[in-house]
Amino acid sequence: MGTYLVRRLLIALPSLLGISVVLFTVLALAPGDPFEEMATNPNIPPEVRLALREKFGIDDPVYLRYFRWLTAMMQGDWGFSFASRVNVDTLILQRLPATIFVIGSSQILALAIALPVGIYAATRPYSVFDQIANTFAFIGFSLPTFFTGLLFILVFSIWLDWLPFVYRSDITATGWRWYWEQIRQAIMPVMVLGLFQAASYTRYVRSAVLDVIRLDFVTTARAKGLGEKTVVVRHVVRNALIPVVTLVALQMPTVFGGAIVTEQIFRIPGIGSLLISAILSNDTPVIMAVTFVFACLVVTFNLIADVLYGWLDPRIAFR
Amino acid sequence: MADIGAVVTAEHVSPWVDAWRKFRRHKLAVASSIALLTIIVAVIVGPWLWPVSINDIDFTARLQPPSRAHPFGTDDLGQDLLARMIYGGRISLAVGLAAMLVAIIVGVIIGAIAGISRGSVDTALMWVTDLFLSLPQLPLLLLIIYLFRDALKDVFGVEMGVFILIVVVIGGLRWMPVARLVRAQFLSLREKEFVEAAQALGASKTRQVVRHILPNAMGPVIVAATIDVAAAIIAESTLSFLGLGFPPDIPTWGRLLFDAKDFLDYAPHWALFPGAAIFITVLAINFIGDGLRDTFDPRRVL
Repeated sequence: MGTYLVRRLLIALPSLLGISVVLFTVLALAPGDPFEEMATNPNIPPEVRLALREKFGIDDPVYLRYFRWLTAMMQGDWGFSFASRVNVDTLILQRLPATIFVIGSSQILALAIALPVGIYAATRPYSVFDQIANTFAFIGFSLPTFFTGLLFILVFSIWLDWLPFVYRSDITATGWRWYWEQIRQAIMPVMVLGLFQAASYTRYVRSAVLDVIRLDFVTTARAKGLGEKTVVVRHVVRNALIPVVTLVALQMPTVFGGAIVTEQIFRIPGIGSLLISAILSNDTPVIMAVTFVFACLVVTFNLIADVLYGWLDPRIAFR
Repeated sequence: MADIGAVVTAEHVSPWVDAWRKFRRHKLAVASSIALLTIIVAVIVGPWLWPVSINDIDFTARLQPPSRAHPFGTDDLGQDLLARMIYGGRISLAVGLAAMLVAIIVGVIIGAIAGISRGSVDTALMWVTDLFLSLPQLPLLLLIIYLFRDALKDVFGVEMGVFILIVVVIGGLRWMPVARLVRAQFLSLREKEFVEAAQALGASKTRQVVRHILPNAMGPVIVAATIDVAAAIIAESTLSFLGLGFPPDIPTWGRLLFDAKDFLDYAPHWALFPGAAIFITVLAINFIGDGLRDTFDPRRVL
């Protein structure tokens, strides 16, 4: 297992490097110049502008600029936000917990729905329950998160007035009340993201379980006289989870996309809404850093998927 | 014994007729095709049937619920929502189709090259594919649009510039599943006897690929293409919903939702109609994709 982990890490690092190359290429190819504004500003003499260009190495060849940017990123020097006058890394660290909380709880909700429903549907294929679950799954992943978010606000905040539709980070209540308020305001964003993911996960789980349940070792387990519950939980599900883990890991970029939208709708102070506000205020250092953080999160989740893979199927770790 | 001959000369069924027969059995897919066709026709001929301008401002009719004069109601400037949705629907559907074409063309080319060439080319292309799969798509989409929007506006004009940018970027970030699919198909098809026969008859590598392997690999690609249209429509709507897609004077369905979201309490109809349009279109396309998957599944016999 140890060498397996090291090997997966060694594969993850080049893909992070590759992502950083893609990001930097996009930035380098983009028209426009961070010092453009100074060219039209009469208070800054041209000599100063040239000296600044010299200092920041804007006119150096691309690969030199890339290596300088990469070393700065690795040393934790992520630059300075133009808009809010704070270091980018402090800004992101402030915002990251809210994002991780919402994404984490929505994934737990999605799996808590998808696993039982998918398994139950697959053990009774083409039954009424299976068909209803399948129809709901189709509706679920055809409803874009931005529309479900608005629908939830309309129903639960405006018509029923049960839940707040703006996420607040400055709740004044104390003790249990504080936790209650936190949960209340997180319900809608977590539901929006979680239900969307649950729909696609249900289909993955169902087809994976259907593939496994026909195999010979399942028949053998039944022939040994094991109860149906033991057969399904110990023999079928563990094997069916292997492809599901891969598919869930592949869904991660979509999950982060959904998180950006939900954060924007419910005004959650996470890195997704930070990205949008940075784009609207032309805050390039923040945009680059947030995009890179999202890339790191995706790679991290792929790594976690690999670890789970090795645990679910020990043969993989030995290959 | 004469009967045997009669059995052999059974009715010849072309692959397309056969496909239609299988597709027809998926009731929801057929119903969805009708629904989608209705939407497409409505969006194309709509402006003739409902000749109301999309940007006639009428402050006496602000935020009105659906009525006879405005079947889908009006927005905060008193503009007719039905007319705006017809116009926006054209753009949304066009973006979906064009982005799908970009994704399929890139995916098929990369998948075909990787599948037919062995060794380092295959490894390198698959590494690039995996790399693109682990890119955070929406943030990257937003980044690219933020950086390139103004430059393209200058070259192609506002509407065309944003359209090209969105299509290329959405398509350029969605080709990876297609490439993997095509490569997997190629890996098994290139070992088949009919390809060997073509090779023995002196067919060049290109001819083998274009005439013999590619047509046989198209089934799953068509299914992926269908699903991609839905995904591209959602991607475009998401961008517009975040206020970073089309500008306000081009009312795509996502843009309408973006404008409507601050008026949910006074004018819920403004958000419900475009949202429902996106939902129904995407749902229909997904059901059609499901029907096509059954159609092109070779394991399934009618």
